[in-house]
Amino acid sequence: MSSQNNPHTNAKSIPLSERRWLKLARPVIIVVALIATWQVLVIMTGAPKYMLPPPADVWNTLISRHDVLFDHARYTIAETVIGLFAGAALGTLAAIPMALFSPVRFWLMPILLVSQAIPFFALAPLLVLWLGFGLASKIAMAALIIFFPVTVAFFDGLARTETGWLDLARTMGASRWRLLTHIRLPAALPAFASGFRVATAVAPIGAVIGEWVGSSHGLGYLMLHANARVQIDMVFACLLILCAFSITQYFIVDRILRAALPWQPDSLKPAR
Amino acid sequence: MRNTEQTSVGTQNPTRFDVHLSGARVAFGSADIFHDLDLTLKAGSFTCLLGPSGVGKSTLLRYLAGLVEGDVSGNITCSDGQILKNRVAYMAQQDLLLPWRTVRENVELGAVLRGERPDHKRAEQLIAQVGLTDAAHLRPAKLSGGMKQRAALARTLMEDRPVVLMDEPFSALDPVNRLRLQELAARVLRGKTVLLVTHDPLEALRLGDNVHVLSGTPATLQDAITPSGQSPREIADPDILAKQAELLRQLGAEIAS
Repeated sequence: MSSQNNPHTNAKSIPLSERRWLKLARPVIIVVALIATWQVLVIMTGAPKYMLPPPADVWNTLISRHDVLFDHARYTIAETVIGLFAGAALGTLAAIPMALFSPVRFWLMPILLVSQAIPFFALAPLLVLWLGFGLASKIAMAALIIFFPVTVAFFDGLARTETGWLDLARTMGASRWRLLTHIRLPAALPAFASGFRVATAVAPIGAVIGEWVGSSHGLGYLMLHANARVQIDMVFACLLILCAFSITQYFIVDRILRAALPWQPDSLKPAR
Repeated sequence: MRNTEQTSVGTQNPTRFDVHLSGARVAFGSADIFHDLDLTLKAGSFTCLLGPSGVGKSTLLRYLAGLVEGDVSGNITCSDGQILKNRVAYMAQQDLLLPWRTVRENVELGAVLRGERPDHKRAEQLIAQVGLTDAAHLRPAKLSGGMKQRAALARTLMEDRPVVLMDEPFSALDPVNRLRLQELAARVLRGKTVLLVTHDPLEALRLGDNVHVLSGTPATLQDAITPSGQSPREIADPDILAKQAELLRQLGAEIAS
């Protein structure tokens, strides 16, 4: 072993993640590469336009039908955002009593776990039946699938308060309420934030599923109709808007959470 | 660092009562950590508790702080007839600073948790006393290990309790920082009844008026060693060095048996 030197071939090169210009250009490069791949696929497979429309056609649809697309996107966005906050609020309301009172935890935990075995997408027709064709059923759908990740993450954070802090607070004569508001809740916020991030990513799925099952508005509704009329470029245009919205929403939420929790370690930076 | 003449903010409330611990017993599962253990903390004295790891030093300290739950018995009495609860400040090996609060907000934590108005002026004085005035507005992530323990010390003093229980508060620090913090602690804790748990014989001898070794299973307390002179004592003092050797023998003999 001693005669063999450790190879330090790349010791001098800067890691990819730290080159500033590359970091800024990264999203552009990725998007361009994906569109190029798409175009290559279209050419190579020779797929007809009603199977796989080329990027240029989808772009044209985005521009020419922007009024229709925008009109329907409003509904989906509203359903997603309201569902996100409703689900997160419900998750918070469930997690706090569960962390504070062991009887609540004892009876609620099994229900919560079993409820995860229910395929929520299968509930969509029922929700439409109960809550109607309007926004309510889609908001409920989005809120339902968000509820679980938020509850579990927040409950976990609340249950894992550093015991040293609890000891310290006890010697200081803290009341149960102040212990919650000044130590346990803020300590659990990073855990809540990671649950909320997951929820942000899945919320649009709930809204679109709800729209597929029964609605008269929204990108999901538009997709279904376009699909039936073989307007595949329209379906793709809806998908692109959904993607753009999901990504934008995720980054906005991520930025807000980071600004609100400045003591939290940067989760996107790889550990060294 | 060694200006002892200045009136320290931390000692405005000197202790006037002894704390007696008698017949203390703590068991985890079927094993007694200690039983029938007696200990007196004289009013205003600095007592150090040494012993091998896992012997129950921290448990004894946490017992006094009222933090041990479960299979526990014994009596804690104070010579003024009142109970010890709510007259104890606690400082642990980890700084236990809340990462979302600044140094000043951490120092003022106790009042906030009790729903009282924090005394900002006193907090500022104590922060100055531990040398953190320039860092008072910073969050713990921006502090070094030594600065964090200084902040924790200021938070402990802010409680202004007559009895201070410290669980290896300086053991995670490098040697130089540890010596500095020992000097600071000796100065700011003067007049309070202190119980310090440590595994460092030199630290115990620098700071303690009485140094006890806790050893064996179930653990028993050895007779106190009492270093002469006022703390913080010089590390090169021949008396201290001789007593350190004696303590190490006591600790080593226990490890061998």
